[in-house]
Amino acid sequence: MEIERDKLLAMYRTMRRIRCFEERVRDLSIANEIPGFVHVSIGEEASATGVGAALRLTDRITSTHRGHGHLIAKGGRLDRMMAEIFGRRGGYCKGKGGSMHIADFALGILGANGIVGAGLPIATGSALAAVIQGRDDVTVSFFGDGAANEGAFHESLNLAAIWKLPVVFACENNGFGEFTPAQTVTSVADIAVRAQAYGIPGQIVDGNDVVAVHQAAAEAVARARRGEGPTLIECKTYRWEGHVVGEHAMIGTGQYRERAEIEQWRARCPIARMEKWLTERGLATADVFEAVAGEVRAEVEAAVEFARASESPDPKEVAEDLFV
Amino acid sequence: MEITYLKAINEALHEEMRRDENVFVMGEDVAELGGAFKVTEGLLDAFGPERVIDTPIAEALIVGAGVGAAMLGMRPVLEMQFGDFISCAFDQIVNTAATLRYRHGGLASCPIVIRAPSGAGVHGALFHSQNPEAWFTRVPGLKVVAPATPYDAKGMLKAAIRDDNPVVYFEHKRLYRSVKEDVPTGDFTVPLGVAQVRRSGDDLSIVTYGGTLHQALEAANIAEREDGISVEVLDLRTLLPLDREAILAAARKTGKVLVVHEDRLTGGIGGEIAAIIGEHAFEYLDAPVRRLAMLDTHNAFSPPLEEFILPNTAKIVAAVRDLWAY
Ligand SMILES: Cc1ncc(C[n+]2csc(CCOP(=O)(O)OP(=O)(O)O)c2C)c(N)n1
Repeated sequence: MEIERDKLLAMYRTMRRIRCFEERVRDLSIANEIPGFVHVSIGEEASATGVGAALRLTDRITSTHRGHGHLIAKGGRLDRMMAEIFGRRGGYCKGKGGSMHIADFALGILGANGIVGAGLPIATGSALAAVIQGRDDVTVSFFGDGAANEGAFHESLNLAAIWKLPVVFACENNGFGEFTPAQTVTSVADIAVRAQAYGIPGQIVDGNDVVAVHQAAAEAVARARRGEGPTLIECKTYRWEGHVVGEHAMIGTGQYRERAEIEQWRARCPIARMEKWLTERGLATADVFEAVAGEVRAEVEAAVEFARASESPDPKEVAEDLFV
Repeated sequence: MEITYLKAINEALHEEMRRDENVFVMGEDVAELGGAFKVTEGLLDAFGPERVIDTPIAEALIVGAGVGAAMLGMRPVLEMQFGDFISCAFDQIVNTAATLRYRHGGLASCPIVIRAPSGAGVHGALFHSQNPEAWFTRVPGLKVVAPATPYDAKGMLKAAIRDDNPVVYFEHKRLYRSVKEDVPTGDFTVPLGVAQVRRSGDDLSIVTYGGTLHQALEAANIAEREDGISVEVLDLRTLLPLDREAILAAARKTGKVLVVHEDRLTGGIGGEIAAIIGEHAFEYLDAPVRRLAMLDTHNAFSPPLEEFILPNTAKIVAAVRDLWAY
């Protein structure tokens, strides 16, 4: 499948936006300007981006605790995301949810979610609704390798398979569930093979190759849209940063992975890789990349300023939005 | 020796595992890493991977498999990484574990302990802040405990592990490193189901437990110093079964009772305490039983909202003054 240049450049920009946004979030968290704890997906931008680029506005996603990338790839506004992460009223959830609960239903973002695995049944239900409503919208559920061991994963795949629901299960396998290596708690080396158990296609892709991710996702989305049922895609990737920013405040000096392993994966940066890919094909040059980086930086700075300028919610609002 | 609340739990686990080879520990990140909060640190080295087990992320399984092992005579200590995720294991706790003995006519026991780090104040938002004890305090067959001091944390965990009933053990995250005390090095247990008077007073009684005990003690000192109000503070320690006699004694002694907890107001244990006092000590009361608890909403992320929702020392002082003036 040939991908148009505009789309490729848009994907490049999306990855840059995610990277820049999350680097800023990380730094602001370390500087204590952001309360609580944040999970960033730095190094994993290609999976969110490649999948997101296969979706249209009316398609939907469910996301995770590590969701900034998914949300940005589905069109989430950086300023309102940042304000939410700051806990401000101008944020997507008026400051009530924080980083782990950002949603924008108008954009088909059915929510990041602080409960591991919680997005899978929601995505399945969203796909069911599309069928009942006679719409050909597709729902993607992003989740991690760790979530694939929750019952919710298995129950969702089974149901989506028997009812041929228009849902794509996008597993981002970054090798760890928090501090535990996936292989020590998972029955198979590849989550994708679990698709067989449910009689649906399962596919492994290089999760740091945005083009490969996009091709796999576009195919799975098209299949779902045609009414042929779900697909499980496993993007092999790696998280460069801690499970949470500043994880050593929690776990002390404990090491659960080798420095060298992190370095190896840094060398496989999805953004640098796409730059190389675009350059080799004569589709873009260094000045294009620099221009994008500059624009994205300005956009992220504006988002930070928006968040800073946004007021904290008023305590009077604590019981608002409980009921309609 | 002076140790933290966290260290006290850790020591209890070490000592009980050494004492009884049927005790084992299971949960997410508990082995290699020693727990997300480091509560299980050192256990893997001391007892090996067969007794200190990193599980997949699967809370229902962790509890359910624990029940199965308990049927065979094991004494598993099961960690919910954050108490909030205990709801993922709800069925296994309230249906499978709590009823096991009863539904089989006493043929089997279920000596499991479920450890659940609970509590707000770390800006953890809705799913990393909860105090879910009241989901469980109405389930016969369970014991529910919430120690507030290192001594109790250690002694009650040991008692819970030796108990033949399923025990849900809530440990408040804020206490992990913030409270320290001298804890004897020898073996001791603290009985479940027994409350303790933490501060003696004549004018008014605060009944509390867990994370709000220390705030209540602070508030009692302030009220005494600034207003001359003599406040008794009763630490429930166990929420199921409740120490009814201790609660009634506190009510009879001062005639004014303020219940404080970080769990939500509606359906929280405070309502049960007020009912017990109303039924059995009505004639001793000089004022209605008052409750100060988390507001009936969710643990909002934004710090000013979070602060507004939760009880704290200043709010307890205000509630004490208000009740005193009744
Ligand atoms: C039900 C539930 N259990 C445990 C947790 C604590 N927790 C948060 S993230 C995480 C690891 C998730 O791993 P994975 O699904 O692979 O996603 P990743 O963090 O690697 O992106 C765990 C155990 C949780 N949030 N929800």
